[in-house]
Amino acid sequence: MLNTLLSGDPPRSRALSALLVLIVLGLALAPFITSGARPLNTAATICVYIVLVASYDLLLGYTGIVSFAHTMFFGIGAYGVGLGLSGEEPTWSGMALGVAAALALTLALAFIIGLFALRVRAIFYAMITLAVASSFAVLASQLSDWTGGEDGKTFSVPGLLSPATEFGEFMGRSLDGKLITYYIVFFGAILLFLVLLRVVNSPFGRVLQAIRENEFRAEALGYRTVVYRIAANCIGALAAALAGALMALWLRYVGPKTTLGFEVMTDILLIVVIGGMGTMYGAVVGAALFILANNYLKSLMAEAAGAVSGVPLLEAALHPDRWLLWLGILFILAIYFFPTGIVGKLAPPSRRG
Amino acid sequence: MLAMLPLVGSFPTWVTLTVAGLAMGMMIFIMSSGLTLVFGLMDVLNFGHGAFVSVGAFAATLVLVPMQGWLEAESLAMNLGALGLAILMAMAVTAALGWMFERVIVMPVYGQHLKQILITMGGMIVVEQLIHVIWGADHKPMPLPAALRGAIVIGDAAIEKYRLLAVVVGLAVFVLLSLVLNRTKLGLLIRAGVENGEMVEALGYRIRRLFVAVFAAGSALAGLGGVMWGLYKETLSASMGGEVMVMIFITVIIGGLGSVGGCFIGALLMALTANYAGFLAPKLALVSHIVLMIAVLLWRPAGLSRK
Repeated sequence: MLNTLLSGDPPRSRALSALLVLIVLGLALAPFITSGARPLNTAATICVYIVLVASYDLLLGYTGIVSFAHTMFFGIGAYGVGLGLSGEEPTWSGMALGVAAALALTLALAFIIGLFALRVRAIFYAMITLAVASSFAVLASQLSDWTGGEDGKTFSVPGLLSPATEFGEFMGRSLDGKLITYYIVFFGAILLFLVLLRVVNSPFGRVLQAIRENEFRAEALGYRTVVYRIAANCIGALAAALAGALMALWLRYVGPKTTLGFEVMTDILLIVVIGGMGTMYGAVVGAALFILANNYLKSLMAEAAGAVSGVPLLEAALHPDRWLLWLGILFILAIYFFPTGIVGKLAPPSRRG
Repeated sequence: MLAMLPLVGSFPTWVTLTVAGLAMGMMIFIMSSGLTLVFGLMDVLNFGHGAFVSVGAFAATLVLVPMQGWLEAESLAMNLGALGLAILMAMAVTAALGWMFERVIVMPVYGQHLKQILITMGGMIVVEQLIHVIWGADHKPMPLPAALRGAIVIGDAAIEKYRLLAVVVGLAVFVLLSLVLNRTKLGLLIRAGVENGEMVEALGYRIRRLFVAVFAAGSALAGLGGVMWGLYKETLSASMGGEVMVMIFITVIIGGLGSVGGCFIGALLMALTANYAGFLAPKLALVSHIVLMIAVLLWRPAGLSRK
């Protein structure tokens, strides 16, 4: 049963399994073991990022495609929910319509970009996607009548999900709409993750790995690699858009900074590499560690900065806002010394057919 | 360019738009030329190139702040003197940084595009954060020297003085680069290295040393571009380099990676298109870069300079 759920690709190491169980349990029980808005927000962000990063890893780690357009699809999904619910009265049908439109747009754009750019070399593709994504971000922030511009859009969610809806109390926590929303995000993320795991462990996924290892050879074996790469591009983009929809549903807000910004893209890259490229579990471990670091490393650094106050540059380097400096250094070291990331260290990949 | 005249309608406006576009194109060219040189010779795509642009602009303030007096003086010579020193400073700092960047970050990943892209991205993040550490996290003002403020009015066409300077500097860089590449032995070696590095090595030249020198020179060009761009924007932020990175990439894609001439044409084409589009259809200007890139790539998938 479990093996089927995990598509025959279990974690293959005690330490990793334990870590994963810990993360999943933590996320599942987050509303009950923590209190307050901030920890729950952290947990929901982790759920969304797991899907976002896993879908990116489908491209980067499994197929060897370097794309910088992933945030664009994430943003489209988020704006789909945002615009679908921004009417007078938020309705489920409006939301469904928004998500459907977002998915259609995502599919079309991913297909066009793929068609156009996947025929060129990796290095060209990286640059082209970066250009397209940044233009899209500019477009979204300029069409302010529609998207709310730089400020983004705050919207309300259907009644069932709004925090005002209460169903009583359980284990000291009120069962309200926010809790339901959290579990929609949580189970949505699990479902999407399992689907992605299924994809990479299917014959289709094997071909993608073959393309990553040696495109020329894959082509010689008779696989039309362009078709496979475009398909991978589309699947990754659709999953990213759905992750974006979950994010928007959780935040009840959508704006260029949270979904389209280049910072989101660097976050994804950092998580993929630190967690482990070419393994879906890397996305889980990486996202959990990264988001926790993002939220809690800062307070740790504030203490460290206090300890060295007076030393000119060191104090500035340990300023809480400079946490990205240390993650950047960790990122570079990870590429050199742990190209397989945390998961690769914990569970060395077995050679399988 | 002339074809746009009837569309714009008025001659003075056309002159203003064209000069502004040329100036912007020149600045983009200066920033892109280093990237395209490094790619052509070393097959390294430096995603951190934009960070050098920021570093150059910030390094210039090391000179410009103490020399405030010279900048405020009305004499053009003193203004340009201070600016010249600032540019030298910026280029020296970015060349040194580029040299270090090549040694520490890029050297272990030659020949592996995927790792290059990731690692230079990481380098960019670190360098941007270091700028915050050294110069603080706030935006910094970077006022134009007194003699370069304002515009010259010829007939009805107003041309900002600084834009003229940018055109002059850009042309100078282009001519100098072309001369070095086409007329000197060094240029011959670089061009030969771009064509076939192994052969040059086999002929007994230390191509590794040439690589490092070109990387440092490319970074210095980014630094120069950074000073020019910073003066144009009049404010500095650590992320300014990352913001122009998209334009730089589009330029080198349009030009054909590795070609200085293509890069020059690409930069001018892009800046002029953006300016005309901005005047004729402001909403369209936002995506004019992309439209231009797609058009060029459909016509020539490897860029203008490649056949």
